Amino acid sequence: MSVMVEAKRLGFAYPGGKTVLEDVSLTITAGQSLGIVGESGSGKTTLLRLLLGLIRPSQGEIRFKGERLEPRDGGFMRRYRAQVQVVFQDPYSSLDPRQKISAIVSEPLRSLAIAGDHGQMVTTALASVGLQTDIGNRYPHEFSGGQRQRIAIARAIVARPDLLLADEAVSALDLSTRIRIVELFKSLSQEMTLAFVSHDLGAVAAVCSQIVILEKGRIVEAGATGDILARPSHPYTQRLLASVPRMPR
Amino acid sequence: MSLLSVDDLTLKLDGKVLVSNLSLALEAGARLGLIGESGSGKSLTAMAVTGLLPGNIRPSGSIVLGGQQVIGAPESTLNRLRGTRVAVVFQEPLTALDPLMRVGRQVAEPLRRRALRDGNPLSGTQVQAAVLALLHDVALPDPERILGAYPHELSGGQRQRVAIAMALACRPDLLIADEPTTALDVTTQADILALLDRLVRDRGMALLFISHDLPVVARIAQEVVVLRQGEAVERGPVHAVFTHPAHDYTKGLVSAAHAFDSALGGRP
Repeated sequence: MSVMVEAKRLGFAYPGGKTVLEDVSLTITAGQSLGIVGESGSGKTTLLRLLLGLIRPSQGEIRFKGERLEPRDGGFMRRYRAQVQVVFQDPYSSLDPRQKISAIVSEPLRSLAIAGDHGQMVTTALASVGLQTDIGNRYPHEFSGGQRQRIAIARAIVARPDLLLADEAVSALDLSTRIRIVELFKSLSQEMTLAFVSHDLGAVAAVCSQIVILEKGRIVEAGATGDILARPSHPYTQRLLASVPRMPR
Repeated sequence: MSLLSVDDLTLKLDGKVLVSNLSLALEAGARLGLIGESGSGKSLTAMAVTGLLPGNIRPSGSIVLGGQQVIGAPESTLNRLRGTRVAVVFQEPLTALDPLMRVGRQVAEPLRRRALRDGNPLSGTQVQAAVLALLHDVALPDPERILGAYPHELSGGQRQRVAIAMALACRPDLLIADEPTTALDVTTQADILALLDRLVRDRGMALLFISHDLPVVARIAQEVVVLRQGEAVERGPVHAVFTHPAHDYTKGLVSAAHAFDSALGGRP
């Protein structure tokens, strides 16, 4: 398996301020689904912003397919955007209410100047997230939260990215919707590489084969999901796991 | 007679039914979980019980709290009920607390009012001591420091503890907790649930716990009512409903919760 993303000894601190990420190294191999788990203040959002190239690390570097991620290199970032897409937490604020679904989903194709039959690509994307393909002329307000998140996922995958980043992408959804979107992510992870950032250990465990646990800006534990859940070695991971309320049997 | 008795409660907004023929009862010291997804009417039901419904929502039916009919009661009666019979802890402690007021003063306010209502007003020193005792009771670290802090200087969990302290200051018979841990981290949630569990038991309060999160409800409640689009579709002891759900909707929720639960594997 080839390495898709390699983060080496990443650090991030605000100018003159506190350190939010320290000495974070991780590897995402092609085809893998990696869960990045952390509570508030763990640095997971900062790590995601670094991975998106929205901010530059104070220390260390990120390599994407061997090439150094450089947010100030416009040429690199254009190529990077075509290969890396993101789904955000709140489908009510991530979709432009004034645009039709067809325009929303095809937006990456236009902004990345991707050649081909855009209409057909939108249809394929909508179908693969389990939506009807004739909704192009409708507006976001006509859809429920779960359907909107499917639309956001369709937009993220329409340009067939190599890497899909999900930022708390199921956290705002009701339970019965959440389970369906988790299943969708799981099936998408068969086709593309996925980095799934969440505070929700149950959702991460349901989707990802590998996880890293972040606490206060540092990775405290990393490995195969099953191993970590069965034998958490770091005290923080143990506490996190013990804190998740469980269903009665 | 039950502490809280809701009979045939219907809530309408411009003719649209938001809650339909809901009945539930809560005895003193009992713990009821109200489960529902967004739009189920669970928070509206809590608002109706406290007489805090928005003016455009029309209630019908009956809500009797501590022997007092809530529906149609004048504001002065409701104010007295809210100060003595029932208190609410909301989901988001940052919006529930006044950002411009030090924590000590915020907790002192309901304390002073309750004392006045009981006919034995407290002196400044007594109020101070009672506030400190409450902050101590909700297990806030270093209560003396927290007393003089503003809400933004506290963590989310600490803020929720302050909100709980304010609710306790009224010495209510019924505590309504509306998604009180949803905005919190999972480790903080575990602490707050343990705290609520202890406080409700120690003080003999009844608890109406509103949540969309089944395992959280299982942790704290004895009985449960499942709401769907304003209708109670199932009710019973938590363990029975969660292990042998009868209604299709409950079955769906329980199976989704089990899917996440089993993804976590065996218990460590």
